[in-house]
Amino acid sequence: MTYRTVLTGKHFMHGDHACAEGAIAAGCRFFGGYPITPSTEIAERLARRLPEVGGVFIQMEDELGSMAAILGASCGGKRVMTATSGPGLSLMMENLGLGVMLEVPCVVVDVQRGSPSTGLPTMPGQSDVMQARWGSHGDYALVAYSPWSPQEMFDLTVLAFNIADRYRVPVLLMTDEVVGHMVERVIIPPEDQIDHWPRKRPTGRPSGSGNGSFKPFSAEEADLVPPMVHAGEGYRLHFTGLTHDERGYPDMTAETHQRLVTRLVEKINRNADQIIRIDPYYMDDAQIVVVAYGCTARSARRAVRLARERGIPAGLLRLVSLWPFPEQLFNQLAANIETFIVAEMNLGQMALEVERVTKRPVKGVFHAGGEMIAPEPILKAIINNE
Amino acid sequence: MASIQLSNQHPLDSLIRSDRLPHIWCPGCGIGIIMRCYAQAILESGISQEKHVVVSGIGCSGRVAGYMNIDSYHTTHGRAIPFAVGLKLAKPELMVTVFSGDGDLTAIGGNHLIHAARRNVDIKVVCVNNFNYGMTGGQVGPTTPKGARGTTAPYGNPELPFNLPYLMGAAGANYVSRWTTIHVRQTKDDILHSFNHPGFTFIEVLAPCPIGFGKSNNINDGLEEMELYRDRCVLVSDGDVRAEELTIDLREERPIYVGNFIDRDQPPYRPIHLENAQ
Ligand SMILES: Cc1ncc(C[n+]2csc(CCOP(=O)(O)OP(=O)(O)O)c2C)c(N)n1
Ligand code: SF4
Ligand SMILES: [Mg+2]
Repeated sequence: MTYRTVLTGKHFMHGDHACAEGAIAAGCRFFGGYPITPSTEIAERLARRLPEVGGVFIQMEDELGSMAAILGASCGGKRVMTATSGPGLSLMMENLGLGVMLEVPCVVVDVQRGSPSTGLPTMPGQSDVMQARWGSHGDYALVAYSPWSPQEMFDLTVLAFNIADRYRVPVLLMTDEVVGHMVERVIIPPEDQIDHWPRKRPTGRPSGSGNGSFKPFSAEEADLVPPMVHAGEGYRLHFTGLTHDERGYPDMTAETHQRLVTRLVEKINRNADQIIRIDPYYMDDAQIVVVAYGCTARSARRAVRLARERGIPAGLLRLVSLWPFPEQLFNQLAANIETFIVAEMNLGQMALEVERVTKRPVKGVFHAGGEMIAPEPILKAIINNE
Repeated sequence: MASIQLSNQHPLDSLIRSDRLPHIWCPGCGIGIIMRCYAQAILESGISQEKHVVVSGIGCSGRVAGYMNIDSYHTTHGRAIPFAVGLKLAKPELMVTVFSGDGDLTAIGGNHLIHAARRNVDIKVVCVNNFNYGMTGGQVGPTTPKGARGTTAPYGNPELPFNLPYLMGAAGANYVSRWTTIHVRQTKDDILHSFNHPGFTFIEVLAPCPIGFGKSNNINDGLEEMELYRDRCVLVSDGDVRAEELTIDLREERPIYVGNFIDRDQPPYRPIHLENAQ
């Protein structure tokens, strides 16, 4: 029996499985996770698939350990992933912060369910999107994508790995139970058509002396991303979650702290154009803009189509990426558009961002979660706003 | 007249980040002694220094990662072990040692500790047991003897401590020992031995923390605690003493058993490997 790495071809595939296949195709070779509905199928698929491609699957004792283990494996040079849902994401927040601070590439999948607390384990939600942005303590920036279909569970997983490596940052895949458990057509391209952006690596040879002669956190290029050194390469590196200087050494001064934290945030802001993904529908002449993401965007697209049939100039701005928030785009839109409707399966989270950036009152189509928002309430909001 | 040759060099120079000195540890602290044993063991291991990696959690003991001049990761409180597990499984050719404190490893990190032992992951753990949380100022923790005082137990600790060798043996560790900071040679030899003992190894080293623990418990300085170890320590070989008797109580005139308690030959954890894997 021989095993295939990339399952090139047309499939009728489960969203969680498509995510797992995206990971394998992207070269993920380490998964550490803890079972939780509705993400478990990702772990189950990878428990079967990773050994087939020479990768490591380990079921950890909890999500604290899962997150720590993937960071360790990434420092060993592997592409790494974990998958969870809200309760697990809460536990991962601690070491997500470590990942940001140490600039360790990793992919964290959150198949969202109704929350808070144990909430609705088997039913969808989108109420972790602010936690994704702000859940770990401190000022930081990271990246989050939000797939709306099994196809995107594959495509955005591949992108997530590339962005994580390119910018040395944790990337979250904020999906939901509907998309995770949906079965749809997934086209997996041939292996040579799958993007692979390698990690930036140091060019200088290790001196072997250590003692601060090498600066693993010196970001000399305009993108503010320092090259990544892995364990066992002879650099005698030091990584610490303490505030550190360019040698990686702890430096308990306000100046160094200011410099480091600013760079970590600027690193994402400055490269936002390369990171952000938007999917517009009927936006060219739109006067009413619906903003949605994940499964809710499927209903929003239908609502916008129905509005167009009635001659209402509505458009959909689907947020394929959630973080960093596309401030520039919304700024520009706000110059001409007065009405923004945000549809999301929470009580108004991304709506806060739209409101903040557009400085216009935003109309919300909100639901606490448990069932997908149907097209009708979104259509109603469009009609009422005309 | 014979002349004395003075050297500017020390055999361990290559293993210490001298540009980070002076270190943060208090006078009389035991951590430096154990770090020196670790460095000496690396030097004698015959394994290239490039292949040795140290992972620490948070605490005074966790600062060791910052002073060792090898690849070193100073992670989050309690998570050194799962970080090390990920690193070791990703790059099995590395010799991964977790060097951390009793609070870090057995309180906040206790769950990871028992599960790494159960899986018998091939990582080497050196646990500095100073019976308290030193870094945060002498609070009691899961290794503080019952009745001992700490800044969060002004009336005496009402809880029973962990018996770490017993715990580790029950959890499935392949190799478990205990030493103290007066056992410098034994500690070094044992760490060296653990490098060659596949699977999960756990070496507990009792260490004075005159500031955090001594002060609240009528132990005046590091030396006095070292003398206490010398008076009380009894060497055991496997099987000589009931596991229950391994419990330590510094306030009582009873022996502190040291030595090797568990020496098993269970195969270490290996991720599933398929014959025709790509
Ligand atoms: C999540 C979290 N909780 C609490 C702390 C505060 N803290 C830092 S070190 C420490 C205790 C360390 O004790 P131990 O591991 O025994 O190390 P020692 O300082 O005694 O060597 C605590 C509670 C922290 N850094 N992170
Ligand atoms: S507080 Fe205790 S453990 Fe920490 S450096 Fe001082 S003596 Fe050592
Ligand atoms: Mg301690």
